Amino acid sequence: MIAAYVARRLALAGVMLFGLVCLTFVIANVAPSDPAALAAGPDAGRSQIEQARRDYGLDKPLHEQFLRYVGDLAQGEFGRSVATGRSVGRDLARYFPATLELCLVAMSIGLVVGIPLGMLSALFKDRWLDHVTRIFAVSGIALPPFWFGLLLQLGFATWLGWLPTSGRLGVATEPPEPITGMLLLDSLLRGDAALFWESAGYIILPALVLSLPCLASILRVNRSEMVECLRADYITAARAHGTVPWRLVAVHALKNAMLPTLAIIGLRWGWMMSSTVLVETVFDWPGTGLYAVSSAIAGDFKPVMGVTLIVGLNFMLANLVVDLLYGVLDPRLRDA
Amino acid sequence: MSPGSDGRSADRRGELNQPREALLAIDDYRLAFDSFDGTAQVLDGVSLRLAAGETLGIVGETGCGKSVLARSLLRLNPAPPARVVSGSIRFEGTDILTLSEREMRRLRGRRIAMVFQDPVSYLNPLLAIGTQMEDALRGQHQAAGEPQPSRAEARARAAALLASVGLAEPARLLDSHPHQLSGGMRQRVLIAMALAGNPALLVADEPTTALDVTVQAQVLALIAGLVRDRWLALLLISHDLGVIAASCARVAVMYAGTIVEEAATATLLREPRHPYAQGLLAAVPDLDRPEHRPRGIAGSIPNLLRPPTGCRFHPRCERATERCRVEKPLLREVGPAHNVACHHA
Repeated sequence: MIAAYVARRLALAGVMLFGLVCLTFVIANVAPSDPAALAAGPDAGRSQIEQARRDYGLDKPLHEQFLRYVGDLAQGEFGRSVATGRSVGRDLARYFPATLELCLVAMSIGLVVGIPLGMLSALFKDRWLDHVTRIFAVSGIALPPFWFGLLLQLGFATWLGWLPTSGRLGVATEPPEPITGMLLLDSLLRGDAALFWESAGYIILPALVLSLPCLASILRVNRSEMVECLRADYITAARAHGTVPWRLVAVHALKNAMLPTLAIIGLRWGWMMSSTVLVETVFDWPGTGLYAVSSAIAGDFKPVMGVTLIVGLNFMLANLVVDLLYGVLDPRLRDA
Repeated sequence: MSPGSDGRSADRRGELNQPREALLAIDDYRLAFDSFDGTAQVLDGVSLRLAAGETLGIVGETGCGKSVLARSLLRLNPAPPARVVSGSIRFEGTDILTLSEREMRRLRGRRIAMVFQDPVSYLNPLLAIGTQMEDALRGQHQAAGEPQPSRAEARARAAALLASVGLAEPARLLDSHPHQLSGGMRQRVLIAMALAGNPALLVADEPTTALDVTVQAQVLALIAGLVRDRWLALLLISHDLGVIAASCARVAVMYAGTIVEEAATATLLREPRHPYAQGLLAAVPDLDRPEHRPRGIAGSIPNLLRPPTGCRFHPRCERATERCRVEKPLLREVGPAHNVACHHA
């Protein structure tokens, strides 16, 4: 039963992946700029542009181009940046871990703070704690990240001098040979405590800014679901039968409240990955957001396609993981 | 505070030994629900007695307050909005309305247990049956200040409980989730849970309403058997006089938060005295006399935010007089163990 559930989810993910690949291909082909002209350079004549068109296979019919695109993707080949001539795949391998690390830290903050605060707000509904978290959550969603980021830089870096302003590491520090490309993880794997603390100092402010809207929505959804679940008949019954209060809250109610909360976590994760641009810009964080924006400004469409694909893939994976976790949490889904 | 460590507990035992003390004694209990629209007087001076091993049914329409009364015995009505206005609920000599939440937890499941109406919504859909039962068992031990049984011990006892309510393959059931069980099985599971602490009083709130008729009969028979074998006192809440007639020696009729008549079940069925009780009986179809057409009671239950003055039934009563509009009738004895709250009965 569980195997069937997983298989169904995986099959669905496969269909979504195909749709995603089609979509990025279509977007690249409806873009108003002529990639051949771009590749040939601004001073190229008509014959040079046609040469570039043949070189890139852009003169072939669309379905052939599509098959080649899919074939390349299957081999991990994202094409070449026409602006820098570098392999997009290799660029992504360099920039993606930075973004992933940032998002992982931000999501951890969102979960570790958001879920307990949501539970507490539900338990103390309409009391002062609930009001405080409500104000906090609303401002968390409403604050523009670039403004909040600048504010934190001003406070913690400029005035207090506790944390660095921007970047991933100080200029004096030699970045280590990447294992995963995520500095926190790599420094732990190498047992390099100094490097760990240094990179932690650099990541904390951007992660905080990135986590805020995510934390706020996890908190609010978890709170309202907990309020509902604490009122549920099965809680009344479990209380009548003598179940201790902490298990009522932390197991009987929370497990039910986690179903909708999981959905928002999955959505927020996908959304976070695609919205790192502002934070990466403010904190000069060398991730995919910054890479996509600078490529887009240059009219360089292969990196943009690559990033779009990565972001979409991440969204899909998040959905898949959420679906599987739903199955773990809810026995009714496993049997359905 | 452990039981027996202070003088008060000793007194309590002393009271228990007095033969006349009822297991449960509710006196002039008034409960209000506060809301933005005002205060609803949901229970308006309820008084009841229940001795150990006795069975009492409470019958009334939806919204008459019978479920709220049942939940009051375990203090399960969320407060706010619920607010006790006055009165006392003495169980084994102690007024449970004065207990702290911690002391109340010692009673839940152990002394007073409850079976609920809809076994679908009253079982947690995400937790295995075993987990829910073990949590209840371990919680009861914890509340009593006893060493908690291990998960394995609790599981073994849960399996024995499931077997005692006639469920086959208890070990497999413990690992199942509620959606995998039929309605009747779920209700049996809930009954098994209620029995976990070996209570003295079982409160059953419409235990068969959500079930098929055949399963209803089985569940009623199960409850009747348990009441007999374990010498349980039973408070059975139902809107169905037939269900109560099958299981209870005594019955109280409730209307709009008040008890209007109380008698032995046979007496009430034969000669109801309160106009509302008479109306209820007239509304029951009689299969032996097909020419007798069931008759409804005119009007509908009052809005408890603005309950009628005097007798709460007077706007629907054919016999109502000026006195009924002004003066609330109190329960008075009209026959042996037969009480009616009506000026004209």
